[in-house]
Amino acid sequence: MADGRSRVRRRAGVRLWLSGGWLVVLVLAAVFAPLLSPHSPLEQDLFLGRMPPFWVDGAEPGYYLGTDSLGRDVLARILYGARVALIVALVAGTLTGLIGSTLGLLAGYLRGWVDVVISRLIDIWMAFPPVLFSILLIAVMGPGLVSIIIAIVVIDWTRFARVVRAEAMAQGAMDYPASAQVAGRTRLSTMVVEILPNVLPTIVVLLTLEMGIAVIVEAILSFVNLSISTDDPTWGGMISEGRASIHQAWWVMVLPLIALFLTVLSFSQFGEGLKDRFDPVLR
Amino acid sequence: MQILRSVLSRLVSTAVTLVGVAVIVFVVIRIVPGDPIAMMLPPGATAEDIARLTALYGLDKSIPEQFLIWAGGVIQGDFGVSITARRPVLDLVLGRLPATLELAIMALVIAVILGGAAAMVATRLRGTRVEAGIDVANGVALSVPDFLWALILILLFGVTWPIFHISGRVTPSLDLPFVTNFYLFESVVRLRFDLWADMVSHMLMPALALAIPLAAIIAQVLKQSLKETMHLDYVTLARTKGYGETRVIAGEALPNAVLPTLTLIGVQFTFLIGGTVIIERLFSYEGLGNMAIDAVINRDLPLIQGIVILFAVIFTVLNLLVDLTYALLNPRLRHG
Amino acid sequence: MSYLTITDLSVRLAGSPARLLRDVSLTVKSGEVHGLVGESGAGKSMIGKAVLGILPRAVEIASGRIELDGADLLQLPAKEHRRRIGRFCALIPQDPLTALNPSRRIAPQIMNRLTDILGWEASRARKRAAELLDEVHIPDPERVLKSYPHELSGGMRQRILIASAFAAEPKFIVADEPTTALDVTVQKQILKLIREMQARHDTAMLFVTHDLGVVSKVCQSLSVLYAGKVVEATDIATFFRAPAHAYSRALLAATPKYTDPDASLIPVPPTVIEAVRAEVEAADEGWRG
Repeated sequence: MADGRSRVRRRAGVRLWLSGGWLVVLVLAAVFAPLLSPHSPLEQDLFLGRMPPFWVDGAEPGYYLGTDSLGRDVLARILYGARVALIVALVAGTLTGLIGSTLGLLAGYLRGWVDVVISRLIDIWMAFPPVLFSILLIAVMGPGLVSIIIAIVVIDWTRFARVVRAEAMAQGAMDYPASAQVAGRTRLSTMVVEILPNVLPTIVVLLTLEMGIAVIVEAILSFVNLSISTDDPTWGGMISEGRASIHQAWWVMVLPLIALFLTVLSFSQFGEGLKDRFDPVLR
Repeated sequence: MQILRSVLSRLVSTAVTLVGVAVIVFVVIRIVPGDPIAMMLPPGATAEDIARLTALYGLDKSIPEQFLIWAGGVIQGDFGVSITARRPVLDLVLGRLPATLELAIMALVIAVILGGAAAMVATRLRGTRVEAGIDVANGVALSVPDFLWALILILLFGVTWPIFHISGRVTPSLDLPFVTNFYLFESVVRLRFDLWADMVSHMLMPALALAIPLAAIIAQVLKQSLKETMHLDYVTLARTKGYGETRVIAGEALPNAVLPTLTLIGVQFTFLIGGTVIIERLFSYEGLGNMAIDAVINRDLPLIQGIVILFAVIFTVLNLLVDLTYALLNPRLRHG
Repeated sequence: MSYLTITDLSVRLAGSPARLLRDVSLTVKSGEVHGLVGESGAGKSMIGKAVLGILPRAVEIASGRIELDGADLLQLPAKEHRRRIGRFCALIPQDPLTALNPSRRIAPQIMNRLTDILGWEASRARKRAAELLDEVHIPDPERVLKSYPHELSGGMRQRILIASAFAAEPKFIVADEPTTALDVTVQKQILKLIREMQARHDTAMLFVTHDLGVVSKVCQSLSVLYAGKVVEATDIATFFRAPAHAYSRALLAATPKYTDPDASLIPVPPTVIEAVRAEVEAADEGWRG
């Protein structure tokens, strides 16, 4: 009924605004980190170790979110950590989406031996436990931002490939691609011009999901000390360090955890909100 | 005979996949920088020692040669010897497997109970704020991966309200009379409920972290399935017989609504098992995943291979079971 | 001796003034079969559903009384309402393919009302189930009791549903177009069976149908509905001999006569439709709901 539909549309709108809002905050934080941080994220001051955030007694003025065991400003580290998270999300997410979607399109539309090979690859890939595979790849390539991005792409391309393949197959079975080919288009051009636009909404939604996953993978790798160098702040690294002093300085672990939670949640909900928006039933 | 043929073709396909996995792992870890042999020996080791051990582990041969040797061993059940532990890989791996299986199964049980209950309550109270609340909670639970839930649980129940253990599988000082490594299972069989309680206290948090995303998916799919089933005529007919709403949902709708969720649960369970790797690490749980991470860090090539292959076998077997179950249940689905 | 008396029943879409049933009044005497006829969408099924308490979620009762054996159902607490329906009423549904639970065998589907709601012992209920299948002329009742619905034909399933309806010796049954979803060849048998069962068990019945031929064979009285309003209520003889309302006459005229297959079908004339629509609108003006 009309009532139910408008309710869902409202929910989708709220969802998009809230999650989109956080993502905008994230981007701003990352871009303007140097301006927003009162202190350098790397600067240690052992006399100011484990200062609590401003709303707790005994806080040190100027260190709004407190300091960690080495006296580094937590706020600054979270802001700079946002940079890593965002870069990984955008670059790894987009690359994974590009490669995965392309392979999925090729497999789903061209079928034949292309599909056989790609499907077999997907099967093999999905037999690997993802986290283990990523740790293994980092061990091979050595730590660093580039390694992480490559690792994420290598592991998660199947997420796009499977879904896009299925959709491409469904679209390919319809009449319009066949008529396009009869009209003279090559198969590849049909794929790009006719099929792709119809598969695009799915890809976009998966993209936001993938960005959230990329952030998590980076956090896990940081946590296991296999991410970028230990000096440059990452949320995962902060959580790992903070865990050691959880009783004395809970904020060192909790605050980056909140940032991580909100970021992953926002990416996911943004994707869900987009999916609802794109849903033809609601239009 | 049709079934037999398709089962055979599935088995062949599975074997091909496993070989693919083995090849990829084999190649990847041999590109790993860092010499495992050198890492194993004390600093004063001579070049001779290094050369001898390298030969012992067959690491001086070419990669294809090594693969054939390893594959040959595998067919006979020999997965090589762990470089760090100096014990057969198969023993190590099978030794840790029960711990991971128990954790995964506990997580599955929790997920089914939580997800099922959420779906039922949401259906019973549909149209109310409770249903909306469950939807929102579900959305959050779905969006947040097990890694984050684990951290949150550690904070909540390990630090703030320390009710449950957040480290290890069992209190170390306890004397364990078990013969197998299926501690949890054996403790019930031996009626040692004190040990059982101790282990559950250790396993509950990691299992819960693994369970939450799965529970959310179960709740979502089951709720949708129930919604569709509730419209069917036999549900309406049950109402005229005098059954109350709850019994109608549980007795008539649920048995039919469950079927589509079963295959989904099977597939998602494989993802859950993949998640045990980092969760075990977080909770210092002595299972396969934890051992795997150590193996990578220590460049223990045979052990890495063995564990990855075992995970791959588990995944493919699970997928096979899921497809089989679907095929068995399908005739009834088609008629109904 | 009226078993069911409906007085000024109005049913509407929840949260909207649009009525689906407009001040419907009718009476069904004990042991009598009362037909509900009208075109699709006239609200025939809605009346039966209102009595049995199985209106769709989007639909609500706006006003009126439903008295079953003296008790006003709408005033009873929900649990008591349900209990009465379960104990004294039953439904013969329209579609035998979807009215049986596909994941359960036949026996429990016939027995469950007896054991769960009425507290019978399982053995007694089982015996009764076998007897009922016998009554509806199903050969080899034991085999059927052990079967699943998908193993049986549509006609067989409808017989089972009929048997199930009579299981607890109900005083009142709603038969909701029970032959519409069946093959023509099977319809006649099922109709005969319903008549037989109704007579034997002396059950009051509300028989919903769009087929006047069926009405003539089964009912003793009937109500004609148009757009949720009763336009005529009378006994069978009067209806077929000398119907009072123009719409009733038009319906009878529109019935194909198989004695003259080449005669063109006479649809209900537009003037009659206009007239009866005007009646409905007039009724709506007077309604405050």
